[in-house]
Amino acid sequence: MNGNNSQPSIVCRNVVKTYGTGNAEVHALRGVNLDVYPGEITMLVGPSGCGKTTLLSVVAGILRPTSGSVSAIDTDLTKLSGWRRTAFRRRNVGFVFQQFNLLPALTAAENAAVPLVIQGYSKRAAVARASELLTEMGMGDRLRNLPGQLSGGQQQRVAIARALVHGPQLLVCDEPTSALDHKTGHAILELLRTIAIEGDRAVMIVTHDNRIFEFADTLARMDDGRILSIGREKRGDRALIA
Amino acid sequence: MSWIALKMLTGNRGKYLGIILGIAFASLLIAQQASIFCGLMLQTSGQIRDIDARGADIWAMDRNVQFSDDIKPLSENDLYRVRGVPGVSWAVRLYKGLTRSRLADGNFQQTILLGLDDATLVGAPPNMILGSLFDLRKPDAVIMDLEGYHLLWPGEKPRIGKRFEMNDHVAEIVGICKASRTFQTFPVVYTRYTQALEFVPPERKVLSFVLAQPQPGLDVHEVCRRIESQTNLRAVTGKQFEWITMMYFMRKTGIPFNFGITVALGFIVGTAIAAQTFYLFTIENIKQYGALKAMGAGNWSLMGMILLQAMLVSTIGFALGIGVASWFGKIATLPSSRLAFYMPWEVFIGTGLAVGAISILSSVLSMQRVMVVEPAVVFQG
Repeated sequence: MNGNNSQPSIVCRNVVKTYGTGNAEVHALRGVNLDVYPGEITMLVGPSGCGKTTLLSVVAGILRPTSGSVSAIDTDLTKLSGWRRTAFRRRNVGFVFQQFNLLPALTAAENAAVPLVIQGYSKRAAVARASELLTEMGMGDRLRNLPGQLSGGQQQRVAIARALVHGPQLLVCDEPTSALDHKTGHAILELLRTIAIEGDRAVMIVTHDNRIFEFADTLARMDDGRILSIGREKRGDRALIA
Repeated sequence: MSWIALKMLTGNRGKYLGIILGIAFASLLIAQQASIFCGLMLQTSGQIRDIDARGADIWAMDRNVQFSDDIKPLSENDLYRVRGVPGVSWAVRLYKGLTRSRLADGNFQQTILLGLDDATLVGAPPNMILGSLFDLRKPDAVIMDLEGYHLLWPGEKPRIGKRFEMNDHVAEIVGICKASRTFQTFPVVYTRYTQALEFVPPERKVLSFVLAQPQPGLDVHEVCRRIESQTNLRAVTGKQFEWITMMYFMRKTGIPFNFGITVALGFIVGTAIAAQTFYLFTIENIKQYGALKAMGAGNWSLMGMILLQAMLVSTIGFALGIGVASWFGKIATLPSSRLAFYMPWEVFIGTGLAVGAISILSSVLSMQRVMVVEPAVVFQG
């Protein structure tokens, strides 16, 4: 079915997520099945309100599904308490947000160090590790800059460094290129592809931006809480193979 | 996480200063008003302290006396009965009353007159500025407090030999002393007991208080109890009499209520400003808190961050407020000032507790908001 020999990092089976009750009930996910593989980029695409972000939140352990099962990094997320899901996210998930969500009072290096600080690292050790990573990503001359002093692309690089600094196996990205121009968006996707392949990480991206679909290894089209189709792109010829 | 919390707070200069100013304002208002209240209350009992300083440990008085200016005259026999109580080492007379002074220019001024025991001068002013206490033994001699002197002869340099009249009797100032400010602000005039009786209209009973001292080694409260049981007078220590006087003013006047309103307003306004600004600061950062939650920060960590932020602004605001209040007190207690101000440690601690309460109220709202925020908020565009 998937053409990939490795075990999936994420397995979603019949995932249902419902908000509200009675007349106010909203079915955000209606029985979603999805496998996400390490070393690949999986994109969720579809119109606004189709359930992409809800699925991303469920997979990242932020939301608990109403029914169905979600297994991520060999952990059944549906069985975890709120506290354990928080611990799961702390160890295994890196986040890249649409609006970057960098702390404006912290420098680039300090922002990138935040996940390590949350894990209990000292400021010095965390910032040192984050600085190394940012330098590897070509941001060595911007370590002491505040987010307000950085361009959109640079801020997104800092956000990606923040998502990677603690070595997570899963990277979830919410519209990572929507605030960026085309060229910068492509550069960011190139970076995410490298991160996926070199770190053997599962990268999951929610996007509206059809200009970056070419970077997807798996393209899941969603509508009305369902996955309509899952397309597997073969790198190199970009041919739809499934 | 603490350094992140502090950087988040100090990074937003406007709100950071706004919260500090709100707390500083509350702290200033609470400490300053409470200190003025304490100063006023101290003034009500200032004369008791002055007499106590070089006087006796026990004040005996009519049972119906409610405060130090509520004079209910005793008979001479009461003095002898106190002297006869076992455990009393000695007991002397004290006259205290209001009289009218007539100045050379024909002006009148209400004056507080204190008549001290002729032989011992027990209750004499503790701090002489000009002249000698022992000159009180001269005919018509009086000692006046410095503030009273300035009130009667404004702009004049204090000097002895100045004369005025009380009850058509000439009084000559033989000394200037420093006395505690009085609640009525009238000049305080010290003289001998027999001389004081010349300065007031004649009455059958003129003795205001009996000042007594217990024998060495005896408990002063026990001697008070003996005096009360054997003479039917009220006998209290100077400290007790101070509290009786202050409690009278607290109970019978609107002073505590009025000051209480101002203190409460300071608390409410300070809380409103600080809590609102702090809450807005948290709301402004709610997505950042959501992001931290998404990245795995627990509720306890985030609550710790908010508490730390609240503690920092509270400490700085409290220090600023108390500092300005103390500076005000420094000015208020200059010799040239007539303002009442006294900041005991209880005011310091009380203000600190009030600021602590403001800090908790402010942070509780913010913590509640952060606790309920879903990490998924970061995915909302």
